[in-house]
Amino acid sequence: MSGLLFSLSNTVLATASNGHSGLSLMQILMIVVPSTLLWAAPLVFTSLGGVFSERSGVVNIGLEGLMVIGAFSSIVFNLTFSDTFGSATPWIALLVAMAAGAIFSILHAVAAITFRADHTVSGVAINLLAVGLTMFLVKLIYDKGETDIIKHSFGKVDIPILKKIPYIGEIFFQNTYWTSFVAIIVAVIAWFFIYKTPFGLRLRSVGEHPMAADTMGINVTKMRYYGVIISGALGGIGGGVYAQSISQNFNHATISGQGFMALAAMIFGKWHPLGAMGAALFFGFAQSISIIGSSLPFLSNIPNVYLFIAPYVLTILALTGFIGRAEAPKADGVHYIKGSR
Amino acid sequence: MSKRLVNILTPIFAVILGIIFGTIIMLVSGYNPIEAFIALGQGAFGDVYQIGEVVRQVTPYILAGLAVAFAFRVGLFNIGVEGQFIVGWLAAVWVGVTFDLPAIIHLPLAILAAMIAGGLWAFVPGLLKARFRVHEVIVTIMMNYIALHTVNYIVNTKMNQGSSKTAKIHETASLRSEWLSDFTTGSSIHWGIIIAIICCFIMWFLLEKTTRGYELRAVGFNQDAAHYAGMNVNKNIILSMVISGCFAGIAGAMEGLGTFGYMAVQGGFTGVGFNGIAVALLGGNTALGVFFAALLFGILKIGALSMPLAGVPKELVDIIIALIVFFVASSYIIRIVLERFSKKEVK
Repeated sequence: MSGLLFSLSNTVLATASNGHSGLSLMQILMIVVPSTLLWAAPLVFTSLGGVFSERSGVVNIGLEGLMVIGAFSSIVFNLTFSDTFGSATPWIALLVAMAAGAIFSILHAVAAITFRADHTVSGVAINLLAVGLTMFLVKLIYDKGETDIIKHSFGKVDIPILKKIPYIGEIFFQNTYWTSFVAIIVAVIAWFFIYKTPFGLRLRSVGEHPMAADTMGINVTKMRYYGVIISGALGGIGGGVYAQSISQNFNHATISGQGFMALAAMIFGKWHPLGAMGAALFFGFAQSISIIGSSLPFLSNIPNVYLFIAPYVLTILALTGFIGRAEAPKADGVHYIKGSR
Repeated sequence: MSKRLVNILTPIFAVILGIIFGTIIMLVSGYNPIEAFIALGQGAFGDVYQIGEVVRQVTPYILAGLAVAFAFRVGLFNIGVEGQFIVGWLAAVWVGVTFDLPAIIHLPLAILAAMIAGGLWAFVPGLLKARFRVHEVIVTIMMNYIALHTVNYIVNTKMNQGSSKTAKIHETASLRSEWLSDFTTGSSIHWGIIIAIICCFIMWFLLEKTTRGYELRAVGFNQDAAHYAGMNVNKNIILSMVISGCFAGIAGAMEGLGTFGYMAVQGGFTGVGFNGIAVALLGGNTALGVFFAALLFGILKIGALSMPLAGVPKELVDIIIALIVFFVASSYIIRIVLERFSKKEVK
């Protein structure tokens, strides 16, 4: 990661020393927007995962652990098969991360739904297990504390056609990352799924009032399993994106808090896919500013601690109702036991 | 089978299951589990030095476990022990560095500062829960990160004495003693374990023997019933979070005044708070249970450091601890198995 930070700040410095005394707004935007999109992409995927799980009524504190699993599996796949698949490796590794996350999340589903474990406790166990298991495997496979740097990562690209739009193209579609745009598209698809299809209606109904849903013939257990497994898949992708575009390798600190920040984004976005996406973009902005901010003229005087804590403070304020109250689905975290009232 | 017996058997089964699964993982990975467990045992009990290290590790685990358990008993889930722990650590070190006082005042003052810092940090989620019905789990998670970044900022900019560390605390605020250290051939053991054990008694006494404790437990069992009986539910919610935070703050003081003697910039969470959740769950949220669970986890954690001698990564112990939490959480299924089992015996 430090390599990336270095190159980012280098870009800033290079742009800054380009003859002018200060940066023009255009130049600032050309630095800030791609960096925001870069940092937001994993958060968008993972927070969408959170939406699916919690909309079905299963609290998912384990997003962090699911990201860890996704990051680990994508890096291992990338390192192992980069010669075979060449530049397509990161994308295939992302699918592997998705599958790994989905499979790992079944543990949470079994504990929280079938075994009636406290959802939060089970999520904590998922987080502990993910870190322990992946670091165990890293040492088993590579015989050291972290993996090598991957050869093929998600690099900077210019999006064809769109990049030619004047101004907007330069800010949004040059020097940017495909994954960020995929994330935004997935968010729209998620919104369509949850709000415009029978599947989504059922998913939401078991999260709001499982008994009513059950009376209407909806299989509550099955829907909740789907919710958790989809969240595992998206969390895995989130981890895979983070590892392959930002950290570029895997160690115990690769995922440190991104999962919880995605959880915060989900809440700040009021359990709505597009809201979660918006919040994730904003948190990505805060994260990228906290890293490159010291080289931007108007932010260099503000201690970056404020930017570090901004996502969390805002989430608390949103929950408290100061910025439009965020309400969880009614049956979020409540076990459905047939026959009980 | 009596309910009491089931309550005692469930965590024991969870531990056994965790160890069995850990063994399976080692076998599948091609390690020798017997050698690994012997290395673990020697790493924890090999000589007095290692025993000293275990005691040092157990100390914050007991306090963090008490913090989580106390809130649990009142029906609250304090995931924020980690954050309260960090601010407690900083507060204790700040007092230890700043003031020049005789030991008899300085040490208690430093611990008190840690208590207040942890308590205040927990007051926020308590207040928001009582006043706005905001779920404490989310708020405490967010408070953890706010604590981490804020404390790092303060250490880095206000108290930095080189290499991102604060100065060493004054001798008068230290829990370390030459005698203990020499006795355990130079381990980092300190007197904190006495404080942790006293806190176990305080928690037991407070919850089981006082009117306030009765009220707190009543709120934990059924808020509506407690309210109907004329108890102030909101006040008890805030109070329980604050007391929980005080325990967590003292846990931080143990690191600041005992183990390290300074505060360094934290790259990430220490994990003490999250292990506290595991400790509390395994200990059934009782003072005595927390003590034994902390002891087990302390032994596992310190013993794990020697597992690489048998070629096994120390992370195996983290897997075992996670699995134990998993099985305790899924105790519903263990209970069903136990009940089936006992019914068959009757027939």
